[in-house]
Amino acid sequence: MSEITPERVAHLASLARIALTDDEIEQLTGELGAIVDAVATVQRVATPDVPATSHPIPLTGGMRPDEVGQTLTTEQALAGAPDHDGSRFRVTAILGEEQ
Amino acid sequence: MTDLTRLSAADLSSRLTSGDVSSVEVTQAHLDRIAAVDGDVHAFLHVSVDALDSAAAVDADRAAGKTLGELAGVPIAIKDVLCTLDMPSTSGSRILEGWVPPYDATVVARLREARLIPLGKTNMDEFAMGSSTEHSAYGPTKNPWALDRIPGGSGGGSAAAVSAFEAPIALGSDTGGSIRQPAAVTGSVGVKPTYGGVSRYGAIALASSLDQVGPVSRSVLDAALVHDVIGGHDPRDATSIPDAWPSMAAAARAGQSGDALKGVRVGVVKELEGEGFQAGVKQRYHETLDLMAAAGAEIVEVSAPNFEYAIAAYYLILPAEASSNLAKFDSVRFGMRREVAGGTVEDVMAATREAGFGPEVKRRIILGTYALSAGYYDAYYGSAQKVRTLIQRDFAAAFEQADVLVSPSAPTTAFKFGEKMSDPLAMYLNDVTTIPANLAGVPGMGLPIGLAPEDGLPVGLQIMAPAREDARLYTVGAAVEQLLEAQWGGPLWTQAPELT
Repeated sequence: MSEITPERVAHLASLARIALTDDEIEQLTGELGAIVDAVATVQRVATPDVPATSHPIPLTGGMRPDEVGQTLTTEQALAGAPDHDGSRFRVTAILGEEQ
Repeated sequence: MTDLTRLSAADLSSRLTSGDVSSVEVTQAHLDRIAAVDGDVHAFLHVSVDALDSAAAVDADRAAGKTLGELAGVPIAIKDVLCTLDMPSTSGSRILEGWVPPYDATVVARLREARLIPLGKTNMDEFAMGSSTEHSAYGPTKNPWALDRIPGGSGGGSAAAVSAFEAPIALGSDTGGSIRQPAAVTGSVGVKPTYGGVSRYGAIALASSLDQVGPVSRSVLDAALVHDVIGGHDPRDATSIPDAWPSMAAAARAGQSGDALKGVRVGVVKELEGEGFQAGVKQRYHETLDLMAAAGAEIVEVSAPNFEYAIAAYYLILPAEASSNLAKFDSVRFGMRREVAGGTVEDVMAATREAGFGPEVKRRIILGTYALSAGYYDAYYGSAQKVRTLIQRDFAAAFEQADVLVSPSAPTTAFKFGEKMSDPLAMYLNDVTTIPANLAGVPGMGLPIGLAPEDGLPVGLQIMAPAREDARLYTVGAAVEQLLEAQWGGPLWTQAPELT
């Protein structure tokens, strides 16, 4: 039995910063319930004695010399931005008037 | 005159080198083909306006006697998941519509250094989430073998471009089968290299511990030639393997030598056939195994009991990693922004992501957020990572008994549009054969082995090798291809419909 409720989906959507509509929340509740029930089968074989693998091919090192190299120019970095002032990304106010 | 669009990259290379044709002629032939058939197929999201200029530059350098790489002047299609300086890179998503990256993916830079001609960007399921291209924000790609069928996914655009003769070769990316499954259902060849074998720098990330870039083509040798261009260490990718790699093209040519299968132990994975596999897929698969046995291969049955849990583990690991990777689409640095009157920055982000992401992307982000949330992390993401260990152990045990493992590339031939769209779980099951290789990081190849008798659609064979043994795939794959083509009297694609 799945623990996916509409309230939980709405909470997850707010964490993920997606303004889902009520219809989407309703549909996702049903779909995610079925998916979570199916994927929960991993718990059958994931016993405490089995170590976790986060990466398929273990690599160590991978450090490069700490040298200044070619990076993007400000113009290049801003080229795809929805809004900018020529030197910085412009965003909606993060702090309110009183702050 | 020979139709230049029917030639392999290897043949084009010979003709370009001998001066028999120019890169401009070859490129124009493919642009003409795109103009003629892509209205129906919709493999491309963007066609390059610079292709002919790049081709002319290669022709000029060749005329001036400059030393050029083997594939110089050969056109190639590029999956839209890869960043390209001169073309939009949307990853099939509305949220990146029109975005032109400020840098090239390393694999794209290597294509340019080797003087291949980028033809354009190919369609895909949004952010590579899907098995049919039906999740592309720009409409689906059609299967050139049957226009009412899916071309596979997520890399359906690259596979369709190659199988519709719009490009001789293409690049794809494979997180759970997005190169191999489209290859299977379009009768083309596709390779997912060893994880870390090809740079992921500039590949718009889906699931970072699973994603690999690889070649798509109509022949095993062509895939190898592309692999040699794009493969090898990249200091810009921290997961890139620093070792030197052997020539994949030499491995493929060794496979064409005739007795390459003699004594090769071929492990038939017991769990990757049976229930849910189409009869015609199994028939062509077993005929191919018989052909390999007759050529001297030793067929052994191997068991991988934990593969049963691969899809479940994958649909926890992938959404978890994707939910983190896609957090970068925050309406600040690139892509879409939806203003909200009087709204906070969070409101703007949430409205943008609501408008910019399609249903499958939202589904997986929410699922991943859930799998990573406090109180559920160990039960879901943690358990999935343990399954990953068990699957690696299954591979290790199987490779004790066999040099390569085989299975059908996909459980069925191409399904019809809409068939699985209402049931996400049914769509996910389509990846049952391909996902284990991604979880373990081992390389896998898909190649055509015939048409299913019941529907006349292509069937693929998957070959898997131990990590870092990609060359083995090319040798065995080229040997199988040669046996089959001898039987068919030519490549499978000669039986493809004309389209025009």
